[in-house]
Amino acid sequence: MTRREFIPASIPAVRRGDALDVAGLPSYGFAHRSLMWWGNAGMMAIEGGAFGFMIVIYFYLRGISNAWPDGGRPPDLLFGNINLAVILVSAVPNLFAQRAAADRNTRRVRHWLYVCAAFGVVLCAVRWFEFTALNVRWDDGAYGSTVWVLLGLHTFNLVTDVADTFVLTAVTYTSPFEGKRFVDIAENCGYWYFVVLTWLPIYAVIYFGARL
Amino acid sequence: MTAASGAFPSDAGSRTRARERSQPKKGGRQRLRDGAGAGSRAAAELERTWTDKPGVISFLSANGHKTIGLRFIVTALCFFGAAGVMGGLMRHQLATANSHLVGPDFYNQLFTMHGTTMMFLFAVPVMQGFALYLVPLMIGTRNTAFPRMTACAYWLYVIGGLLLFGAFLSNTGPDAGWFAYVPLAGPQYGIGKRVDVWNMLVTYSEATGLMVAVDITTTILKLRAPGMTLRHMPLFLWASLVTSVMIIFAMPMVMLAANLVQFDRMLGTHFFNPAEGGDALLWQHLFWFFGHPEVYFIFIPALGFISAVIPTFARRPMFGHDAIVLSLIATGFLSFGLWVHHMFATNVPELGKSFFTAMSFMIAIPTALQLFCWIATIASGRLVMKTPLLFVLGFFFILLIGGLTGIMLGSVPLDLQVHDTYFVVAHLHYVLIGGAVFPLFAAIFYWFPKVTGRVLSDRLGKWQFWLFFIGVNLTFFPLHILGLAGMPRRIYTYAPETGWGFLSFLSAAGQVINDLSMLLFAFNVARSLFKGERAPADPWGGGTLEWSVSSPPPACNFFALPVVSSREPLWTPPGNVTHVSGLSAEIREGLTTTVIDALPDTRYAYPAPEIWPFVASLAVTAWLVWSIWSVRGFAWGLILPAIAFFAWYWPDKKESIEEISWETEP
Amino acid sequence: MNGIHDIRLPAGPQAAALFDLWTLMLITCTGVFVAIIVVLAVAVWRAPRATAKTLPDADAHPRKETMLKRSVGFAVATSAVLLFVLLFASFIADRAIATLPLDDAVHIDLIGHQFWWEARYDPSDPARSFATANEMHVPVGRPVLMTLRADDVIHSFWVPSLAGKKDLIPGRTSTIAFRADRAGIYRGQCAEFCGYQHAHMALIVVADAPADYERWLVVQRQPAREPSTAQERRGRDLVERASCAMCHTISGTAARGRRAPDLSHVGSRSSLAAGTLENTAASRAHWIADPQSYKPGVDMPPLAAAPADLVAISAYLGALQ
Repeated sequence: MTRREFIPASIPAVRRGDALDVAGLPSYGFAHRSLMWWGNAGMMAIEGGAFGFMIVIYFYLRGISNAWPDGGRPPDLLFGNINLAVILVSAVPNLFAQRAAADRNTRRVRHWLYVCAAFGVVLCAVRWFEFTALNVRWDDGAYGSTVWVLLGLHTFNLVTDVADTFVLTAVTYTSPFEGKRFVDIAENCGYWYFVVLTWLPIYAVIYFGARL
Repeated sequence: MTAASGAFPSDAGSRTRARERSQPKKGGRQRLRDGAGAGSRAAAELERTWTDKPGVISFLSANGHKTIGLRFIVTALCFFGAAGVMGGLMRHQLATANSHLVGPDFYNQLFTMHGTTMMFLFAVPVMQGFALYLVPLMIGTRNTAFPRMTACAYWLYVIGGLLLFGAFLSNTGPDAGWFAYVPLAGPQYGIGKRVDVWNMLVTYSEATGLMVAVDITTTILKLRAPGMTLRHMPLFLWASLVTSVMIIFAMPMVMLAANLVQFDRMLGTHFFNPAEGGDALLWQHLFWFFGHPEVYFIFIPALGFISAVIPTFARRPMFGHDAIVLSLIATGFLSFGLWVHHMFATNVPELGKSFFTAMSFMIAIPTALQLFCWIATIASGRLVMKTPLLFVLGFFFILLIGGLTGIMLGSVPLDLQVHDTYFVVAHLHYVLIGGAVFPLFAAIFYWFPKVTGRVLSDRLGKWQFWLFFIGVNLTFFPLHILGLAGMPRRIYTYAPETGWGFLSFLSAAGQVINDLSMLLFAFNVARSLFKGERAPADPWGGGTLEWSVSSPPPACNFFALPVVSSREPLWTPPGNVTHVSGLSAEIREGLTTTVIDALPDTRYAYPAPEIWPFVASLAVTAWLVWSIWSVRGFAWGLILPAIAFFAWYWPDKKESIEEISWETEP
Repeated sequence: MNGIHDIRLPAGPQAAALFDLWTLMLITCTGVFVAIIVVLAVAVWRAPRATAKTLPDADAHPRKETMLKRSVGFAVATSAVLLFVLLFASFIADRAIATLPLDDAVHIDLIGHQFWWEARYDPSDPARSFATANEMHVPVGRPVLMTLRADDVIHSFWVPSLAGKKDLIPGRTSTIAFRADRAGIYRGQCAEFCGYQHAHMALIVVADAPADYERWLVVQRQPAREPSTAQERRGRDLVERASCAMCHTISGTAARGRRAPDLSHVGSRSSLAAGTLENTAASRAHWIADPQSYKPGVDMPPLAAAPADLVAISAYLGALQ
């Protein structure tokens, strides 16, 4: 498989006298050439910041506590590990979907988006079970509150990205289909990497913060 | 390929290819593109494309940056007036000892509403409004990067503000102070829905702030005119960029924290409940981590105003441009390291507190550097003594006092005496009024001609300035002394034996003078809008791009996007290439350029006006208001915004067809 | 009800160190302010005037730019040096207020409530400890070590003439140490917004000569005085039977409530309701009848009683010296 040129070179504007003619320029570009990428980056900074703050709050409250968890058990590892495994694997169809979008191949994009959506649904179900296996209620002390909110924040991201994936899959059926929608799909895939990557520290904190 | 004008390739070989690319996908009539001078058919079509149609739906659907920016500014000034009235009421209550003008409950709501309105509903939105209006004009483009998101942000802002005031008028206004310390704002002592209203308002205003910040950041980085490299970017744009990036990193903290308090209040969590492992001090850390950068969200754009006004009124480019850019960035960074100076009276470890003293002192250095560069520019320039410059000089005087009392407050031991006294009230008003409101009036007098096409009366402006200058000093200087005399903050009355009566009375008298100056300003605006002298494109002889278009600007901003080669494009002779051509005049199109060197990169189809941002704001409102009353509402109410955002995203068939006809693949 | 409460009138080593720091900062900052404003004023005065039509000067002027660079550089360097001096002074003051010798300290437990101060002396020694409210006595020349706790929301202990402030935070215990070096009455006020009557949460610290202080201690350690007249006896009777006993403590009687100020020696205090009212017979009676009219939002309910009964209660409380 040849390495795809994901970011094609800029097509120069053409000088005509004292004017710079940009009529020939593409009307969209991928990755950082698209404005959507920058909006996405802003979104990731905001949400990444929120996750970071929540992890700091976890360790702050842990630092002032005498027992952590306070008289309870740490969360069961089973569903957390299943989640970790599935979410890491989900990066693969995501990668293929992103490449299909860069190639502007509607059929392949649709195919891989279906796979991503399926992974998303499975992860949502696993996440449901994770909540039940936390072994603590949200109103059961600061420990319970923190763990629930930490997991809840990531869940919010997970659910909204899965919903986005469904919407984008549906949009591929509309006609006429603008080329810039491929950029939206590629960016949604980029956001999925963010969901996957942010799960790693959160998983570590929830499942091992109480075991240290 | 460098960005210097004249170095853009004029290649004969690819001219054919380019011509092929620019042919319409379907055969037929000549497609109208921009680039011709004003008055031609293309220009008329361009204006038609960018002008909003009349009607209510159109009003609710508008997403042009000038419209949205102006809406932000006008709404913010209305909130400024309302909060000012509250301030006046407080001053009058405290003008005499044991006054019965207002009771403790109403007074607590008054100072909470005054602070909350000023900080969340006036100061940050007005700065963002100016950025939204000016940034595309200054960088040479036609709209911001995410116009629909910004339109939604505006509606959220207005609705949030109206909900807050609605609650206040129904005796449910928040009453725990604008920073709502727990446990007073917690489930046990924050009785009723008042603090819930505050948490909701914080959610609204932070969502607004974040949306606009992402928009401005992307706009400044990707939509600049060809040739406007980062080094050629005016200082106001640097200030807007630094502020927006800071907002992205600081506002999520307060949104998260306010929601944690809301969870404590509504769901029984224990983040701030010491009896169950939580910590009352945690709130202070979380809030002030946001709260200190927040004041810089207000201050740094104001510094941008100063840097825009001074060169024009000193008739020379800014001295120390690069130093000021570095100072702005340094200030942005350092402001994240100061927050514990709001907590010196708590039992945070002493060594930690000393670190924050050092940081608080250190941030004075980049600010001082900017100050001296401005003074150097003034000293070596030729001065146009008009109202904008007068407000800039007032800024120097008042901000300097505020900054110096800030140094005093930054010292841990001294702060232990003056913290939570009227000394702090004096300091914060000096820095906010001196550091933000004076530059704001300078900006208003400076850009009013551009926005409205009329010039504000300079004579009335000078009267307003002097009244305001005297009034501010008379209102707030005595408060320093009151703080030293032992008067704490947030007290609704005091006994005559304390001796605080005389200075409090003086302060109230000063407030009356401030009111007069504001009335004069309102009169000036109202009169100038109808009878003011008409403004040419460049009434002040400014050097930046917004002065190159008519006053008010055409709906499309520029009939042909400019190409620049210096910091003050209007003050330096143009290069060989002066403008961009080839963008569509039939759909709303702009040009994206590369981040550092501003080379043309792609064309960009701006979203057309649509109703969904407004509908989405209503859906979000329904969700948030429902969730104050019901925990289920918090979960199930999410369906409403979900539907609205789905409908927003779903492609509009007509729009898609039109855009595809202009589409060129990469 | 009144007392010295001014940062500029220090009566102890902490407040004095802080006042010295204040003076240094005031002088330095005023000097900096005057210097900068004078430079600005001169610059504005001397710069030639222009209009909007004047052509802007966008050329490079190397010699002038160099001179300006030197001036700005000098100004920034001077500012940095002055900042460093003030930083150093701040650290010195910080150490000064933290190194009060604590031998033979008076130990007081201060608990902040909405809207009154509970003070327990010698909390670790049951034989000598006692409680009072809103007014404390301390001996001149001896350090006072206070542990600070809050019962409900955040309060802040601040007596400006004696020391800087310290917050009382629920769930946390902090300490503050100070010393009064001059006899006198010093007033303080809660300095962290704590609700409706934050404005009426003052406290008095009376600095006594050592002999007077010892006398005061002896009286405070004794249970409440027995009533000496019929009216006072009636007053005590009413206090024990009415709602008063549910919240207040009067040692040696049936009133053993812990939710409100200890009234065992209330007659000796100069004010009522945390500095809100003078402690006179009339004001006591009015206060008990309707506290909400003086301090709306306070936890104390009105007492429906005949005027004669109110007078009797007031007389009894007044006798509790």
